[in-house]
Amino acid sequence: MTTTSWKPTAKEIVEKAELFTSGHRACAGCGPAIALRQVMKATRGPTIVTNATGCMEVVSTIYPYTAWKVPWIHTAFENVAANASGIEAALKAMKRKGRLAHENIDVIAFAGDGGTFDIGIQALSGAVERGHDFLYVLYDNEAYMNTGIQRSGSTPHGASTTTSPAGRVIPGKLQYKKPIADIMVAHEIPYVATASIAYWQDLLVKARRGLETEGPAFMHIFTPCPRGWRYDTSKTIEIARLGVETCIFPLWETIDGEYNLSPQSKIFALKPERKKKISGYLKMQRRFKHLFRPKFKHVIDEIQHRVDERWNRLLKRCNMTQSD
Amino acid sequence: MAVAQQKTLAMNGDEAVALAVKQSDVDVVAAYPITPQTIIVERLSEYVANGEVETEFVCTESEHSALTACLAASATGARTFTASASAGLALMHEILYVTSGCRAPVVMAIANRALSAPINIHCDHSDSMVERDSCWIQIYAENSQETYDSMIQSFRIAEHLQVLLPVMVCLDAFVLSHTLENVQILADETVRKFVGVRQFPLVMGHEGKEVPFKLDPNNPITMGPLDLHDYYFEHKRQQEEAMKIAPRIIKEIHEEFSRISGRKYGNGLIEAYRLEDADIATVCVGSTAGTTKTVVDHLRTKGTKAGLLRLRTFRPLPLTEIMGALENVKALAIMDRSNSFGGSGGPIYHEIRHSMYDAPTHPHIVNYIYGLGGRDMPPTTILNIYKDLQEILQTKKVKRDVQFAGVRQ
Ligand SMILES: Cc1ncc(C[n+]2csc(CCOP(=O)(O)OP(=O)(O)O)c2C)c(N)n1
Ligand code: SF4
Ligand SMILES: [Mg+2]
Repeated sequence: MTTTSWKPTAKEIVEKAELFTSGHRACAGCGPAIALRQVMKATRGPTIVTNATGCMEVVSTIYPYTAWKVPWIHTAFENVAANASGIEAALKAMKRKGRLAHENIDVIAFAGDGGTFDIGIQALSGAVERGHDFLYVLYDNEAYMNTGIQRSGSTPHGASTTTSPAGRVIPGKLQYKKPIADIMVAHEIPYVATASIAYWQDLLVKARRGLETEGPAFMHIFTPCPRGWRYDTSKTIEIARLGVETCIFPLWETIDGEYNLSPQSKIFALKPERKKKISGYLKMQRRFKHLFRPKFKHVIDEIQHRVDERWNRLLKRCNMTQSD
Repeated sequence: MAVAQQKTLAMNGDEAVALAVKQSDVDVVAAYPITPQTIIVERLSEYVANGEVETEFVCTESEHSALTACLAASATGARTFTASASAGLALMHEILYVTSGCRAPVVMAIANRALSAPINIHCDHSDSMVERDSCWIQIYAENSQETYDSMIQSFRIAEHLQVLLPVMVCLDAFVLSHTLENVQILADETVRKFVGVRQFPLVMGHEGKEVPFKLDPNNPITMGPLDLHDYYFEHKRQQEEAMKIAPRIIKEIHEEFSRISGRKYGNGLIEAYRLEDADIATVCVGSTAGTTKTVVDHLRTKGTKAGLLRLRTFRPLPLTEIMGALENVKALAIMDRSNSFGGSGGPIYHEIRHSMYDAPTHPHIVNYIYGLGGRDMPPTTILNIYKDLQEILQTKKVKRDVQFAGVRQ
């Protein structure tokens, strides 16, 4: 796989036309909306977008309005990867028959964590196994936000949601987050990356790489949601950065299966003392508020333990151990 | 136009479907195998493997994704086809509505098979009948020849700019899907010319100018948006309008096809068999009509004025045609190969009884649920139904309006 040498400057990005335009109905401080805007700034030519049901579909296309300057289609919740399969197959066939006006059209599928970790994983697994040429972008806000903050396979341990509420005896969600990006790597697809909206340049470069990849590419973007995570709308980018600094959401990519830690996370491998404690991250979000009650304090330790465990496993995969 | 040169091939219904797809310049086929539709998918895979078609074949991981992929490919501008049955069609249920709602002219063959449980691979119509409200045009074929002919017509019907609705071509499991029959085949060029290249209606695009209704980077449009109480209803109403126009288009395309093939199936919507002077008649869809015609012929030799009405399209329901055809019938048996549990009989019965409400004279109407799970429907069972009708004709009394034919009591 070729890796892009594209390094967008702020000026270039500001000057590039908005393909996901303002005026949509996302909440103030919406992380996913920022992710969509950033990804669309990384497009390289004619592009068709498909979106799973969820916040981003709902806020961007309330008929008769649309925030999209590219051809866009939504069909259902669990099938966005199948949409992409169909679009890509159509483009291939029409090109073969000389019925396509463009030499190349990129296909991007956007879905939330519910549409990816849970109900959409079958269609996603099938589509990448078949090797369709498209970029799948998971915007992860760690719950079903569109339907009112229900837990998903992505919701972190200890988070209170409306279907994993913190009660008198249960401290929010009992299970841990599914390692979705690793699951996608296990599909042996050419490109997988994680990104955070706090590091726009890294995100744009990865999105471009995903688009340039021949075959399926998968991006997992960390997108805080003030509504569901219960923090002030001005803190979205701060939390998105803290996710990386605590290593609960490290940034990395795999090119043909080779793990590479991205510079924003590599720093914590080289200088472990700079890695921040998870409690500060949790403290900022009221979905974790109950964990600071004496009764549930042990959960914070559990979370820290699991973060460290996963971080060390990642370092091994990237051939970097913390003692190096 | 003169009737085109044809050759006769021995093939089963599934193969007839696959051949029609091969000849119809289809861009994308996305499908998932299920008995008794499997042969369709296998034949199409062979055509692709042998380089006999330019079609992109997507062998999906489920029927849900198969129909989704067809829908999205269709929205991108492709001519698309899929096939399913029973559990597979049930799994598509959600996307059936999305397909018609997005006005994607997907064509699908259904090898009608019973729904689980208990699991059963044989013929009945429960799978497609339950989807009658999904805004898909439904054509029920009587034999493999009609299956082949209907498939070719379906691409034209679905893509017609005034219709733009998906079409299901239904063929009975095994009775048609797996049974060899002589089928008259048109030349590839004849079919290709008949189906033509897909056209697109113009819709209002983003910049306020009219653009083709497809996902085209030169003319971006948003498809499948969130559509709330202020517009959704109008869009659903438009679908009903398209269904209202469909009968005329189906008849026209059927007529046009008959000029090159020399074959006709009634007027394309209904087929009235020896009905003109019939006192008693049955109504059915699918392959049972073939057996029933033999029974009617037999009864006619005995001087019984028996007839048959076969519905070729169940959606759109050709209401006025049905009323006209049954005008003089005095006792009527409606044959349903599916049941509406806890309701009052099968879906065809409901529709026909409803159609006859405004008729000047009302025949006696009975309903027979038959053939569930592939239970055979031999001429003797059909003959008994006509005997029941004769009794009703004489006594002017219906003993039980909903009955089960061919079941252990
Ligand atoms: C088959 C189906 N089941 C359930 C729903 C209801 N539903 C719509 S969006 C959604 C949650 C979406 O969550 P996610 O994918 O995380 O996206 P978000 O809303 O958080 O952006 C649910 C459960 C649906 N539309 N379709
Ligand atoms: S609920 Fe969250 S994800 Fe949804 S629009 Fe609001 S901020 Fe964005
Ligand atoms: Mg979510």
